[in-house]
Amino acid sequence: MGMTVVEKILARATGRTHVQPGEVLEPCVDLAMSHENSALVINQFQEIFKGTGLEARVWDPSKIAIIFDHRVPAESAKTATNQKRIRQFVREQGIQKFHDIRGDEGGICHQVLVESGYVLPGYVVVGTDSHTTTHGALGAFAFGIGATEMASVWTLGRVLNVEVPQTIKVILSGRIPPFVGAKDVILALIGKLTAQGANFKVLEFHGDTVRRLPTSGRLTLCNMAIEAGATSGIVPPDEETLRYLRSECGITGLQIEDLLPDPDASYAEVVELDVSSLTPMVAFPHAVDNVRSVEEAYGLAVDQIMIGSCTNGRLEDIEIAARILRGKKIARTVRLLVFPASYRVYHQALEKGYIKELLEAGAVIMNPGCGPCLGVHQGILGDGERGLSTTNRNFKGRMGNPNAEVYLCSPAVAAASALTGVITDPRQIGLTTEDNLS
Amino acid sequence: MAKVVLLLGDDISTDHIYPGRFMATVLPSETPKYAFADYPLNEKLNAGQIPPDSIVVAGENFGCGSSREQAVSALKGWGLVVIAKSFARIFLHNAINLGLRVVICPQLEAAEGDELEVTEKEVINHTSGKRFPIVPLPAARQAILDAGGLIAYTRKRLLEERGGY
Ligand code: SF4
Repeated sequence: MGMTVVEKILARATGRTHVQPGEVLEPCVDLAMSHENSALVINQFQEIFKGTGLEARVWDPSKIAIIFDHRVPAESAKTATNQKRIRQFVREQGIQKFHDIRGDEGGICHQVLVESGYVLPGYVVVGTDSHTTTHGALGAFAFGIGATEMASVWTLGRVLNVEVPQTIKVILSGRIPPFVGAKDVILALIGKLTAQGANFKVLEFHGDTVRRLPTSGRLTLCNMAIEAGATSGIVPPDEETLRYLRSECGITGLQIEDLLPDPDASYAEVVELDVSSLTPMVAFPHAVDNVRSVEEAYGLAVDQIMIGSCTNGRLEDIEIAARILRGKKIARTVRLLVFPASYRVYHQALEKGYIKELLEAGAVIMNPGCGPCLGVHQGILGDGERGLSTTNRNFKGRMGNPNAEVYLCSPAVAAASALTGVITDPRQIGLTTEDNLS
Repeated sequence: MAKVVLLLGDDISTDHIYPGRFMATVLPSETPKYAFADYPLNEKLNAGQIPPDSIVVAGENFGCGSSREQAVSALKGWGLVVIAKSFARIFLHNAINLGLRVVICPQLEAAEGDELEVTEKEVINHTSGKRFPIVPLPAARQAILDAGGLIAYTRKRLLEERGGY
């Protein structure tokens, strides 16, 4: 029996020739990522060593990445003290892939990891963040774990008791229409699968749509695989993967052939979606799978719009927003907050002039980081307010206020809606398809 | 036997269980204060009105969303038991790793205030007199359960590999 991509990766990570779903393994980890929640990981890590007489040292400081992004700069004394403790731990342990709050290399963990070349095809990546699924876009098996599990990985270098997951084959076909993007595709797919439709399984993305999709869009797809409950999303690596790693990270000489799924690999399910007539989509409160066409949301007044996050804060996302807003003004009734996903993205957007265009339209440019995505600071919604956001979750209270609503959409819908102050279909604001990038 | 103190629907996320605005709090000794922060249950917990072993009953996909472990330590701190039709993966693993008692019971019918008993194979609703079968926790996690949690299990493995004491 042939193997899926994740089965091949797990076989490699356990030194075996073959694995199959349901087997329990202890794969070696190539990259272990955490963010501010390292504070908790450190506690648990020290707890493991208690009473053993052994010095608490991480298994391999070159394979641990710590990125500050969730609350940057610190929103409270508590966070600042946690960050201080983490910096000290990083120094003591010699952890090399550490990204502090800096204007040259900081940003959201999931963006920093990929653009720094830390994730390669075939890697086993774990992160104390559910959106670690993002890294499957580069052909890695990447999944979220809890802080205690990360402490265990820091100790042993393996994830204990991993059950080989079943894989769902997702075939996306057709050309994505103008002003529709990867975000709309994944929202439509989540609407179809439901929030738990892929629980404990992997989504392996196939089809001509995926093959044509640049890595930025693939990252958006895999990022939101978790919103269907998936353990991970993964795109079998190809020429585009190699192009991205070469041009963004200067990495060459990679072998990807033995990571492709076997023709006789077995899948739990095959899900097909033709995207050629897809419309822009909106997820209504308070569930990510409450997905409808933008036409059904048309006219709903919004108070705050956020463009950013690990889902849609990349250069391409900022570019389409800038194109839509160029030379225009956002409505007086909305606030538009833009968070580049990383400082690299920020610098690139500056050079291309997008930041200036967005500022002139009335947007507020925020520092790269998670911002209000998880509801801690930098744009909490008021009681009864409606937020429109390119982020990935709209659970009640997600943006810091259980008495507010969050609608999820693509950067194109977000920018078009900023012009009018109501949820707007970007196909209807008189732009030519030249303005479209998705 | 213990009382159902909270009845929830499907897709209850970790944002519902432990809102992101309290995530700067990490210590298991401090997180329980914010368990179900936006629900009336929170006040009762903090007022000491909910005895340990009380039961939260939920639908499908309990604990979906963020990987935050606070959602588990907050519930464990009050000694709550969660019975759900199904759990999201990361939450379920975190619960087993930290020793929060979780029970998978796909057919359970219960209302707030019902008295339930959890046996090895079933949940008995003493209020309605009905019994509902339990689905065992993932076999892959048995070694962690047996060791009393992931800290103890990892410590044991560490000592086997590197020696110590
Ligand atoms: S941007 Fe939002 S979803 Fe992404 S890592 Fe940050 S908090 Fe999580």
